[in-house]
Amino acid sequence: MATEAPTIRRTPLFDKHAELGAKMVFFAGYEMPIQYEGIVAEHRAVRNNAGLFDLSHMGEFFFKGRGAGATLDRIVSSDIAGLAVGQARYGLLTNERGTIVDDVIVYRISDGEYMMVVNAANIAKDRAHVVAHLNEDVALDDRSYATALVAIQGPRAADMLAAQTDADVRSLPSFGVTHGRVAGARATLARTGYTGEDGFEVFVGNADAPRVWDALLAAGREGGIKPIGLGARDTLRLEARFSLYGNDIDETTDPIEAGLGWTCKLDKEFIGRDLIAAKKAEGPKRKISGLVVQGGVARHGHEVTRDGTVVGRVTSGTYGPTVEKNIALAYVPTPLSKVGTALGVRIRGKDVPATVVKTPFYSRGTK
Amino acid sequence: MSTVPDDLKYSKEHEWVRADGDVATIGITHFAQEQLGDVVFVELPEKGATVRQFSSLGVVESVKAASDIYAPISGEVVERNMKVIEKPELVNSVPYGDGWLIKVRLADKGELAQLLSSADYRSHIGETAGAGGD
Repeated sequence: MATEAPTIRRTPLFDKHAELGAKMVFFAGYEMPIQYEGIVAEHRAVRNNAGLFDLSHMGEFFFKGRGAGATLDRIVSSDIAGLAVGQARYGLLTNERGTIVDDVIVYRISDGEYMMVVNAANIAKDRAHVVAHLNEDVALDDRSYATALVAIQGPRAADMLAAQTDADVRSLPSFGVTHGRVAGARATLARTGYTGEDGFEVFVGNADAPRVWDALLAAGREGGIKPIGLGARDTLRLEARFSLYGNDIDETTDPIEAGLGWTCKLDKEFIGRDLIAAKKAEGPKRKISGLVVQGGVARHGHEVTRDGTVVGRVTSGTYGPTVEKNIALAYVPTPLSKVGTALGVRIRGKDVPATVVKTPFYSRGTK
Repeated sequence: MSTVPDDLKYSKEHEWVRADGDVATIGITHFAQEQLGDVVFVELPEKGATVRQFSSLGVVESVKAASDIYAPISGEVVERNMKVIEKPELVNSVPYGDGWLIKVRLADKGELAQLLSSADYRSHIGETAGAGGD
């Protein structure tokens, strides 16, 4: 049968996922594990012990050259010029309309070189965006498809990783980045993550990914490490109230209403800055807000109501296994975004009670 | 626990029925709960409501998604399982036991003939006979 050639990619850890009995799904052009044992068990493993994630679908852009820092400072909303070697920072790629192209982390990995990690679904779009704004004294090297990313996250992650690397990961500060060997493979290691726990992200070449994966799983076995799929990755990040590009933020949302004003250094030049500064000054008309829903699970796309009238829309929603509540993020009019406001979420035609709550839903050490 | 007990009737939509005189207990199968993943919410009809064979009777939500549950037989709801409303994970751990959903008074016992036997259900889910068990 003649069909179009599929453009589905597999990470270098595909065989490992199959061996571990993962359920696979298509995500951002990749065939990725959504769960192994089960979302709740995996979620709890990360909160209590540690979890291992294959994030090789994420994109990695490398920037070299005299002007790399200055150029990135103009492309990214946060203070990249102020990054010392060995530091990383979260920020946004913004456009001339002052809305969000992507959310990224920029790592200054050496004096003259920066790495930007971008969302898998946005690799091509981001590359075009970045190239359009690149100065002549900067070279971009997109190594997204040659770079694997293994994350180890959870309270026991530091000890488990320390057993497999010569890098001093225990004394690496949060958002610190360093180099070393992991299971013998050359790696870039950063104390970053997307779970609300302590943890590390380990970047290696594709060929080295399987042995790094195996070594970390083995090192963590006694400590209760589990492989973690995209399902638990989503419940973990939502409890910690991290934005998901494509759900909570996109090119129709601006950083102020998305609660990401803190990533915008408004006293420097960056793309869309004037519009974002104006938005901040006048105050956003709507704000992303945390909801706890009683009697149903809110999902992306559900309408938010106030006394039967639709006032907003859910951008992310799930059951939070640690907080043991149905939690959601939704854009609602600013006057309705105050903590304690009674709203509804329209689930299967019924307005289920929801309350605006303080976020994050979960913070480390408060469990 | 057998994954497809022999003493039950099944629907193609992965519900099971245990008929006991006029009253039948309804739940979802081991296969269904495995496909759904961790169940975190169930919505069931009130006592006194009527359900119609092969029409939606309620919803089971897992962490991942919401799924309609279809009534394998018609009848009046005489009881809904409050335990499973409070502890939805029972659907995963004991789908044929404490994880049952509702009990109905059968409207038409003849409808049972339209359901699958355990052998038919096994082949429906691609399981070979006798290969049950966890």
